[in-house]
Amino acid sequence: MTATLTPKTTATKPERTVSGAPKEKLASRTAAMIIMGVSTLYFLVPIWWLFISSTKSRSDFGSTAGLWFADFNLFGNIKDLVEYNGGVYLRWMLNSVVYAGAGALLGTLFAAMCGYALAKYRFPGRELIFNVVLGGVLVPATALALPLFLIFSQFNATNTFWSVFLPSLVSPFGVYLARIFAAASVPDELLEAARLDGAGEVRTFFSVSRKLMTPALVTIFLFQFVAIWNNFFLPLIMLRDQNLFPVTLGLYTWNSQVNQIPEIRTFVIIGAFLSIIPLIIAFLSLQRFWRGGLGAGSVK
Amino acid sequence: MTTTIAATAATPRTKSRRVPIKHKRAILFFIAPFAALFAVFYLLPIGWAVYQSLLVVERDGTFGAPVEVFGGLSQYVLVFQNEAFWASVGRVLLFGAVQVPVMLGIALILALLLDSPLVKGKKFFRLAFFVPYAVPGVIAAIMWGYLYSPNLSPFAAFTQQFDLLSPSTVLWSIANVVTWVYVGYNMLIIYSALLALPSEIFEAARLDGANQWQIAWTIKIPLVMPAIVLTAIFSIIGTLQLLAEPQVFRSFTSSVSSTFTPNLAVYSTSAVPNVSLAAAMSVILAIATFIMSFAFLKFTQRKADK
Repeated sequence: MTATLTPKTTATKPERTVSGAPKEKLASRTAAMIIMGVSTLYFLVPIWWLFISSTKSRSDFGSTAGLWFADFNLFGNIKDLVEYNGGVYLRWMLNSVVYAGAGALLGTLFAAMCGYALAKYRFPGRELIFNVVLGGVLVPATALALPLFLIFSQFNATNTFWSVFLPSLVSPFGVYLARIFAAASVPDELLEAARLDGAGEVRTFFSVSRKLMTPALVTIFLFQFVAIWNNFFLPLIMLRDQNLFPVTLGLYTWNSQVNQIPEIRTFVIIGAFLSIIPLIIAFLSLQRFWRGGLGAGSVK
Repeated sequence: MTTTIAATAATPRTKSRRVPIKHKRAILFFIAPFAALFAVFYLLPIGWAVYQSLLVVERDGTFGAPVEVFGGLSQYVLVFQNEAFWASVGRVLLFGAVQVPVMLGIALILALLLDSPLVKGKKFFRLAFFVPYAVPGVIAAIMWGYLYSPNLSPFAAFTQQFDLLSPSTVLWSIANVVTWVYVGYNMLIIYSALLALPSEIFEAARLDGANQWQIAWTIKIPLVMPAIVLTAIFSIIGTLQLLAEPQVFRSFTSSVSSTFTPNLAVYSTSAVPNVSLAAAMSVILAIATFIMSFAFLKFTQRKADK
């Protein structure tokens, strides 16, 4: 449904805005732009402050105007940050990239395969599986953190890479999105044609259907990437060894030590700033994919 | 379109009678990996939490080794008697009752403005509003913690006059952090739904002399209700799960107690360690979340059917 509607609306949309019958009153235009301007300040000023603070030396931070540059010390700060405590910050960033990158990649693959099967094949138990998965969407991930800890401790497997990595592979919402998208974008005729050509079901999925589902797959990947990157409770409860920390947990522990070790404050600020750059870049560069997929979940 | 596919697909199936399931092995291959992980890391923990919550620790005399024995629902009785836990539940309910409507209201207004012909530079605004979603809750809380600080904030002139980290204000300071992160995300979901609406509907209304406000209120909002319901459900789930932001704020202010939200209560109870009590709290929290989002879904569906 979505797939058929979207091209049409994007084609007619500009027409509506350009030739929009009577001219809107100047007052409403001004009011609208004021709301947009104020909102932009609200959303961007905190990030601007974080950037400015990252460029300041420890003595300038707090003693100079918060929203404008003092001496530009960004690269000196970065150097100090990555050298502090044997380079543990880089280790955290790397951990986050592996947890979120590999976790989202595998998680998206599994969710896509499952959602695809639920959409494209008829078999007994299909609705049951889908409903259980849908129930899983409503079960909060944080409610699982403690029981997961208890289960992993049965096998002495807490405080390991796997104790954080494996649970984050499961994305019920990804299955839900994949099913909706597979139903809408992979025509049954195409699958029949592939069958007549003698292609196996699995090969058809990886060579034909996967390509048709690309916008959905990018969406699922990105949102799972964000979910894992932002995850806090599970690593907090599972991990003791700071070499296994993701960057969020690492910065959290630093921030709670600021009162004992004041010089660490600069590292918290600059570390926080550097840690959000990869996600912003990922979102901006992939936006033409995920914006199409974002609405899919709500259209049904 | 959907119906024609269904019809053509149905004909060969009825012809090939008595073949129980087609492509059994392919289906198994597709479903097995997710199903296995879902069972081990979703269903098993739920079962385990229920099991653990039914255990109590008993000791043989004063110095005997602690043994876990079946204790029925006694942990649940303890949870219901636990005032700190219910205070935390009340706190997040109050938080949700205020923060979720405010956040979704802002998201809806911004989405409608982006969709209206009143605004220029849509691409820029869309991105600017969405950027905070790329900031993890922990990082956002650290950042706002400094912005609220009476000494280090760039708005110190204000934060010295109004203590944003006092016991009476800190809940709303946290609400602001959550709103800041998620408005753009919710706005985009609603905005994508608006974009998917066929524009002929509005042309007719315009020709009848309706202004943008009337079009938004009488046509657009009812049509994107499913998207708003979706964002509301995710927000309700998120509210009951509050953890990272208040946990971070504990290093900025003493106003956030160790049982400030239900999840913080679970965390501090399990650290005692009293895992059975914490498991019972987790179970109650999960059930409450499930019921609330499910009830909200049903309620809005019934309203839509009328």
